[in-house]
Amino acid sequence: MNDSLAQWQDPETIQRALHKQSIAVVGMSSNELRASNFVGYYLKRNGYQVTPVNPREDEIYGLKCYASLTDIPHKIDVVDVFRDPGAVPAIAEEAVAIGAGFLWLQFGVISPQGVEIAEAGNVECIVDQCIKIEHARYLGRMHWLGFNSEQISAQRSPR
Amino acid sequence: MDTPPEFRGFHTRSVHAGARPDPNTGSRAFPIHQTTSYVFEDAESAAAYFNLQEYGNTYARIMNPTVAAFEERVANLEGAVGGVAFASGLAAQNAALFTLLQPGDHVIASSALYGGTVTQFKHVLRKMNVELDFVDADDIDQWQAAAKDNTKLFFGETIGNPSGCVMDIEALAEVAHAAGIPLMIDNTFATPYLCRPLEWGADIVVHSATKFMGGQGTSIGGVVVESGKFDWSNGRFDVIAEPSPAYHGLKFHETFGTFGYLMKLRAETLRDLGACMSPFNAFMLALGIETLPLRMRQHVSNAVAVAEHLQASPQVEAVHYAGLAGSRYEPLVAKYLPGGAGAVFCFDLPGGRAAGVKFIENLSLFSHLANVGDAKSLVIHPATTTHRQLNDDELAAAGIGPGTIRVSIGIEDAEDLIADLDHALTCIA
Repeated sequence: MNDSLAQWQDPETIQRALHKQSIAVVGMSSNELRASNFVGYYLKRNGYQVTPVNPREDEIYGLKCYASLTDIPHKIDVVDVFRDPGAVPAIAEEAVAIGAGFLWLQFGVISPQGVEIAEAGNVECIVDQCIKIEHARYLGRMHWLGFNSEQISAQRSPR
Repeated sequence: MDTPPEFRGFHTRSVHAGARPDPNTGSRAFPIHQTTSYVFEDAESAAAYFNLQEYGNTYARIMNPTVAAFEERVANLEGAVGGVAFASGLAAQNAALFTLLQPGDHVIASSALYGGTVTQFKHVLRKMNVELDFVDADDIDQWQAAAKDNTKLFFGETIGNPSGCVMDIEALAEVAHAAGIPLMIDNTFATPYLCRPLEWGADIVVHSATKFMGGQGTSIGGVVVESGKFDWSNGRFDVIAEPSPAYHGLKFHETFGTFGYLMKLRAETLRDLGACMSPFNAFMLALGIETLPLRMRQHVSNAVAVAEHLQASPQVEAVHYAGLAGSRYEPLVAKYLPGGAGAVFCFDLPGGRAAGVKFIENLSLFSHLANVGDAKSLVIHPATTTHRQLNDDELAAAGIGPGTIRVSIGIEDAEDLIADLDHALTCIA
């Protein structure tokens, strides 16, 4: 699957996901040094409705944590996953069950079986990408720190 | 959603990458943000920027929007995930090394390097208690044999300065990666227009942007770009993978993934060593890159014309230009430098040191100075200038003799350059 991930890294799909509002961060840690914490905090700062999913936490940055996707009472548009690949098929089943639009698997979270389950349930997949980096590329300030946003445009940048 | 087409051309990216019109003013040229610091929106934003939780500006020693335009432009052209600019090429190189080395580590470098780099490596690395071995750039087996458990880096130049040797980047990257070691390449002489080392497996590329990038000899600057592909968590690079005491226990590779090395390079090394690029220099250098491909084509075509003319001259002993037919580097040039072998090369005068000095004194279009990569043609006598600190053995290892002349061919008309060289050759006859 590694060599052919491009079909799950389509810029147009990524941008549609980024224009949604409600994101569940599965595996978000309260440890401020973990990548999941960086990403959850960043998304919250940038105006998304963030819902942490982690059975071992009660609250992170004032956001109530849920034990699973199916426990969340409100609508989730994007399911962003920071778990080991073996946990993904069960998460994909829940993403289908709650009617999420996108299953976003972070760097290294590669699960062909999970993708198959999600797509069979009409959930679009983004694989081996970081939602923080992609937000910063298209809507944020990645370019402020010299990173290659790959954006070539004569239109004003968003900020 | 209507997604515009992707614009991939090298010329297009040279002009546009890193510099979309300013979101606040609409300024089409990128503004020079001549400021030391940035007002925070609120207290939480300030904390988020210092914690690296959000991409934000804190202090211009660490980041600046004009410098960032230059950094992104180079990163884009090299096919890197990002770049960090420095006050000079040597500052960039020093920072790139400092980020991944610790006392007791070992570095393997090509013996055919720019004299300033040789001096930097020998003396700075020794002071840092880092072991150093120079090996034959052309003999991959020597690199493999020299690698040890504490080896942390292979280092070479795409086109050696001034010997003109061409590095077999792909073969060297394979040997390095098999041992879990990254390959760093100085791509100053080729520029990303002629060669993109990351596409051949190199992990880090450094530049003296002072040269062809800026292109007009106005501004000193350097930059480090990285592929984002090297596995810094392979057990060999605790300095990047393990919790950092210089950043409240942050694990840079785990937290930032493909951006880990560059984040550490900026947030720690640039912060602490302090050799930042000025916004004005970044403006000059990024502006220069807009014409990089146009200039490089003229540099290369002039260099070929001049080298061929000198080779045919009975007053010249040898011309060391990898772009000449019959060069021992012809297969490597065909593979790595199909657009040309750059515009800096050496030739040997039979009369030794005295002939070299007299030759230079009789040139009137070439500028006698210590630089390369200017739009103007340049000349120097390495044995008495750039490589003066090297002993005879080191000179020979770098491919330099007492009568060796180094030229950097500019973008004037080839026939005028040839007329000037011919006149000076006549004067020493």
